[in-house]
Amino acid sequence: MYELKFDPAICEKCKSCDCIMKCQYIDMDLEKAKEEHGKLVRGEDSEILTQCVTCYACEEYCPYHNHPFYLIVERQEEKGIHPVPKPIEKSQVIMMAPRGRIEEEAATEPVINLCFFPMLKGSISGKLYEGTSLILGSDIFCNLMFLHFARNSVIKERLPAMMDNIMKYHLNPGGAKEFICYHDECYGTYTSWAPAFGMEVPFKPIHLFDFLYNRLKELKSDIKPLNIKVAYQRPCSSRLCPEMDHFVDDIFGLIGVERPEREYDRENALCCGGVLEAQQRFDLTEENQTKNIEDMVATGATHCVFNCPFCFFTLMGKVSEKGMTPILMSDLCRMALGE
Amino acid sequence: MDTIYEKIADIVGTNYVSNAAEELYLYSRDQGVQQARLPDYVVMPNSTEEVQKIVALANEEKIPIVPMGGALVLSGLTIPQKGGIVLDMKRMNHILEVNEKSHYAVVEAGTAQGMLQAYLKKHHPKLKHSVPDAPPVATIAGNIAIHGSGHLSQSEGGFHTEMVTGLEVVLATGEVVKLGSCSTVPKWFSRAPIPDLAGLFMGWNGTTGVITKVGLKLFPSPKLKDVIMFMTEDVDSIPDILFKIIDTEMAEDIAFFVSPKPAYFDGFQLIMISVVANSEKEMKLRLELIHESVREYMDSKEAGFLPLPPYMKVKLLDAPQKNLSEFADIMKGGGFEYVGAIMPVESIPEAYRAGLEITSKYGITYSMGARVVGRGSCVMFYYAYPFNRADSENMKTVAKALEESNEKALEIGGIPWKTEISGQQLILNRMEPETYKMMTEIRKLLDPNGIMNPGNWEVQS
Repeated sequence: MYELKFDPAICEKCKSCDCIMKCQYIDMDLEKAKEEHGKLVRGEDSEILTQCVTCYACEEYCPYHNHPFYLIVERQEEKGIHPVPKPIEKSQVIMMAPRGRIEEEAATEPVINLCFFPMLKGSISGKLYEGTSLILGSDIFCNLMFLHFARNSVIKERLPAMMDNIMKYHLNPGGAKEFICYHDECYGTYTSWAPAFGMEVPFKPIHLFDFLYNRLKELKSDIKPLNIKVAYQRPCSSRLCPEMDHFVDDIFGLIGVERPEREYDRENALCCGGVLEAQQRFDLTEENQTKNIEDMVATGATHCVFNCPFCFFTLMGKVSEKGMTPILMSDLCRMALGE
Repeated sequence: MDTIYEKIADIVGTNYVSNAAEELYLYSRDQGVQQARLPDYVVMPNSTEEVQKIVALANEEKIPIVPMGGALVLSGLTIPQKGGIVLDMKRMNHILEVNEKSHYAVVEAGTAQGMLQAYLKKHHPKLKHSVPDAPPVATIAGNIAIHGSGHLSQSEGGFHTEMVTGLEVVLATGEVVKLGSCSTVPKWFSRAPIPDLAGLFMGWNGTTGVITKVGLKLFPSPKLKDVIMFMTEDVDSIPDILFKIIDTEMAEDIAFFVSPKPAYFDGFQLIMISVVANSEKEMKLRLELIHESVREYMDSKEAGFLPLPPYMKVKLLDAPQKNLSEFADIMKGGGFEYVGAIMPVESIPEAYRAGLEITSKYGITYSMGARVVGRGSCVMFYYAYPFNRADSENMKTVAKALEESNEKALEIGGIPWKTEISGQQLILNRMEPETYKMMTEIRKLLDPNGIMNPGNWEVQS
């Protein structure tokens, strides 16, 4: 029912094959890259399908927005390829399933959608979030994480009901038409994945950083500049909305934080390694994490800021060991407000 | 006037002997399904001398004696089958010696696992002992009396009885004997090279004498600890996976488990692997070797290591593990018992299937698992069934399930461990007659009046 809106003709004409050539994990020359990508387009077996680490980055690299990563995931599923061992995949499908226990709770704007991260409820407090409504739970979970498991089918099956639940149980009763996505994976679900598969989205998603920036502007008089250097761990999902990355600089500008130039930031950001570990690529996990953190340390950063809870849980211990304080973006903003 | 009571009170003082109904009630039962039976007296001695006097009195008066530690055995082994005296050893809880260089500790029998663990952490942080996955009040000697095992049993040589360097025991006839090197020289470093008599009191469930002191091996306590979890859906691959991981010699503790809850674990088999190291470099090497040992399974995508975020690992890094104790109360009825069967590693798949059959037949919830012992010479496979004590039907059902689990364990080549009387009978029915004859003769020799925990390990007509 939900088909990927992908145009093979665009790939045919593409000279640069940026999706593969810029990939940090697949090493091919241009000729080989085009050959392998062609196989992908035609639905044939390709090395790309097993080498892909599902970091989402090629969604950003493709200058034509022709969804190379979503295509990889479709092909992986068609061919029965499991990036993550099958028992772990199966267990996650069960763990993240909707519980069917949602109850009506009217949400009035501004609405914060915490998706299925109840452990972060404590972060939704203070001046930044005054007057907001909070929605969360298994019955409104975006499910986009199943891209890492090559299971577009799970997202296609579950997401429509999740959106219905959001409307029926939260937004409609409260008269809300939009919500703030705490995690940019939700934002990417509704602004990138859903449109790519022709799925209608009945509400307006707002990126957390967009919200934070505007709230900070309103609270400008309360801000005490932090005057620190903070490394930013850019998550996979931000590759689905690279146009939001400027908000990191904008927010930092308001709160007196320097985003130091480093090798593994912005377009060259590295996966936190959580997914690589799930894929049993332990050497690559360690290599990634070591490079990434050493890069952060070399800048003299005192903090490492995260947007993604999974990146946060994966790297918090390691960045702490290297003398940096791990912190979520909204908590960094709260720090600047003296909270 | 109760002259026995008076005589006991003369030994321990009136504060430490009781024949009050409420106290006898508490000591008449445990958390399992076994029938409660009242003792006549409950006594808490404070020294070997007091134990000696009590036992001598009991022997003279032919009063049964049941030594008791933490009373957490669950299968009724501290329930007095024939009345008499329950000897609660918990006042004898002193740590007498820690010899760092020779890696042993000497403790009084009633010393709790948690006490020794905390003491070592504070005063000898480079050393640790093997702890069972029981509440920390479980006692050292109680565990020895039942051939217990714990978190170092995989890597450090087997059952806790294999980690004993010496014993002090009060015989049923009232003599005090020391067994092991401590019988000849001041130190408790080993049971060898003296002919080994300690085995006459270990695993005998208190039927041959009262253990009053234990010499216990201690092991290095590396500062770093990590835990990884391997997951599969193919129980038949478990013995091979365990073999491969054990073979690396890199793991401290290896435990297989299954559980119907939470739902995302139902139907899956998990292996928890604890790893310790003195440095990051060592930890990295150990983990790498363990990962690579099961590479073929990961590459086939049929199994793999579950990513565990730090907040999930925190609980898993504990020793003892609290999850079995927490599971014990899920029926909210204060009832819990498990069949632990010692069996060969290759019996795990059959044991697991048997457990599923039994729990399905009786409609009860369960937790099952197996801890590797002695670098894979065997496992302690448990079938754990919580129940609601206020629901007599539930209790009866669980009792039947436990009985059937015992039978099944024997059928597949295992032996029920620390088992209740009915389980003991199953074992004795299968035991070589000469072996049972020898057991009986030893008991007669050591306990001519049959006062030590009678009713246990006796063939019943």
